[in-house]
Amino acid sequence: MTTVSTAETLALVDEVLTRRAAEPGALLPILHELQDALGFIPADVVPRIAEALNLSRAEVHGVITYYHHFRSQPAAGRVLQICRAESCKAMGADDLIAHAEHKLGCAMHGHSIDGAYTLEPVYCLGLCASSPALMLGDELHGRMTPQRLDALLAQEAQP
Amino acid sequence: MSVTVYVPRDSAALAVGADRVARRIADEAARRGLDVHIVRNGSRGLFWLEPLVEVRTERGRIAYGPVTPDDVPSLFDAGFLSGGAHTLHLGPTEEIEYLKNQERLTFARMGITDPLSLDDYRAHDGFGGLRHALTLKPEEIVQQVLDSGLRGRGGAAFPAGIKWKTVLEAQAAQKYIVCNADEGDSGTYSDRMVMEGDPFMLIEGMVIAGLATGATQGYIYTRSEYPHAIATMNEAIRLAEAAGHLGGFKLEVRKGAGSYVCGEETALLESLEGKRGIVRAKPPVPALAGLFGQPTVVNNVITLASVPIILARGAAFYKDYGMGRSRGTLPLQLAGNIKHAGLVEKAFGVTLRELLYTYGGGSASGRPIKAVQVGGPLGTYLPESQWDVPLDYEAYAAIGGVLGHGGIVVHDDTADLSRLARYAMEFCAIESCGKCTPCRIGSTRGVEVIDKISQNQNRTQQVQLLRDLCDTMVHGSLCAMGGMTPYPVLSALNHFPQDFGLVNPDPQAA
Ligand SMILES: Cc1cc2nc3c(=O)[nH]c(=O)nc-3n(C[C@H](O)[C@H](O)[C@H](O)COP(=O)(O)O)c2cc1C
Ligand code: SF4
Ligand code: FES
Repeated sequence: MTTVSTAETLALVDEVLTRRAAEPGALLPILHELQDALGFIPADVVPRIAEALNLSRAEVHGVITYYHHFRSQPAAGRVLQICRAESCKAMGADDLIAHAEHKLGCAMHGHSIDGAYTLEPVYCLGLCASSPALMLGDELHGRMTPQRLDALLAQEAQP
Repeated sequence: MSVTVYVPRDSAALAVGADRVARRIADEAARRGLDVHIVRNGSRGLFWLEPLVEVRTERGRIAYGPVTPDDVPSLFDAGFLSGGAHTLHLGPTEEIEYLKNQERLTFARMGITDPLSLDDYRAHDGFGGLRHALTLKPEEIVQQVLDSGLRGRGGAAFPAGIKWKTVLEAQAAQKYIVCNADEGDSGTYSDRMVMEGDPFMLIEGMVIAGLATGATQGYIYTRSEYPHAIATMNEAIRLAEAAGHLGGFKLEVRKGAGSYVCGEETALLESLEGKRGIVRAKPPVPALAGLFGQPTVVNNVITLASVPIILARGAAFYKDYGMGRSRGTLPLQLAGNIKHAGLVEKAFGVTLRELLYTYGGGSASGRPIKAVQVGGPLGTYLPESQWDVPLDYEAYAAIGGVLGHGGIVVHDDTADLSRLARYAMEFCAIESCGKCTPCRIGSTRGVEVIDKISQNQNRTQQVQLLRDLCDTMVHGSLCAMGGMTPYPVLSALNHFPQDFGLVNPDPQAA
């Protein structure tokens, strides 16, 4: 997928860069701010970021690809992150994930058939005392079961 | 007269509906024409009871839980605003056994106060440590921390006072205090609770660390998975600064981006500098050449949060808790398949068995507990024969285990330890920073070898290969990611060989 950023996007990027470029170690805060606003980091803004921070494009690209959180492509619809770390496993996370994959018709890191969700693993949400846990958009949910996940998705589907 | 009702705002309470409960209480009170003042406190850490609603009465705070929105009308009907009887009634909060028998030093205010109320913080002994620190010379503050016996709570258990002394004595124009709030271990949430439930305590600890070492800038590096902690910390910094509590110390929250190894202190510094979070070779240690090459204290949240009480009550007071060279208290975090999952702050020396049964109430499933992983994803799996070892850094090291950040994850007898060993290798492969081969490649090979063992392809040779591979990872890795992944793997293999198809299952058990 190629993305050509709109003038509006580029203006936003320039605004963020002007405001933050002088901060010590500014790259991660900048990438976070851009991803929060745009949903991902478009490929064609990488050279602008590199130039503003006096880095090479490869360095900026290297940072974006190193961290699991940053995306180079937009997510489909809402992001559903299910914890697959030990505490959640002990409380049935593997079954919950299998159920979600079946229900959404995609594997981890994939997009649901209807394009409404991106399914991703997460390694601990700090909700281990309420395992298994997941994050849907920016909402946290603990003590999950396949039935509760179904109810949650059904509720989402309502207008 | 207005009645005060507490509904926690901790993430784990929100994740089981605390916001909906708070709204329902407000609506119901309005409908009945009652004057109710809702305070969003932190969590007491009794997570199986969340959302835990408390009411302030003449007899102290009375608890009800776990409360769902649908329970709210019946709570009003039962007169819960004056502590009335109800099926969810738990009595006075402070009298709940789980809480009553703890030794809460660091978590003394947790769940009691409104996390963002400076008045609450002051009313509950807040800033006492800072007030005392302001009367001392930097060396004297460092001496207090040394004398308290406080060791780093992030995993490596290095004495905090020695680290601070190194930074104090280093000559530099700029020094930094970096709070490691990356908390990536499964089964741990005490750092998150501090940031969400008592953020001024962490701020106070960091300001004291600045006074002690001459650092004037602090960073709190936390995880993108912790949005509520980030928001609360940012707001708390704003409030503390506006009220003049930072005394010129600059404090900023920085967000990671989903990388476990960024919890390792040098990878964390790389990430703070805006680079890929790859581990640096030591020496130089961060205390001499840390953030932007300057002398830097890197301490865990709980380490820094333990400092205010040490300065307020004295080193001897703190040191009186604990055993051997493990002084003070540790917030233990019960998680996984456990009935009463939650935070238990106790002096070092409590045993796992006591935690599992006296506090935890046994497994959540009601089935026998089989294996317990202590110390996060790089910690060992402990079989029942090891549950009476006191939680103490040295006692655990003696059985090849680690306390790590105090995370305890319980598995019942349906767990397959070969699957968990495989997962440990897989996690290492996913999260490896890639700098050294034993970790980067070894972990991927480890997954394959465990698969072959499970499928009985040359099982005996493959087990030998797995042991050799673990040996290489232990000795050839630059940091504990590759160096400790063999801990869960080998403990699973050694204590639960039957799960790897290695001994014939007991015919009686079949
Ligand atoms: C792979 C890896 C991950 C780590 N993750 C964390 C972490 O999430 N939080 C933490 O405080 N320390 C973590 N540590 C330990 C830190 O490197 C370091 O020892 C600690 O921040 C020092 O602070 P303390 O002395 O207060 O414990 C990790 C270490 C390794 C090797
Ligand atoms: S052991 Fe793994 S995580 Fe640690 S430095 Fe080596 S490759 Fe990086
Ligand atoms: S292990 Fe799933 S939330 Fe911590």
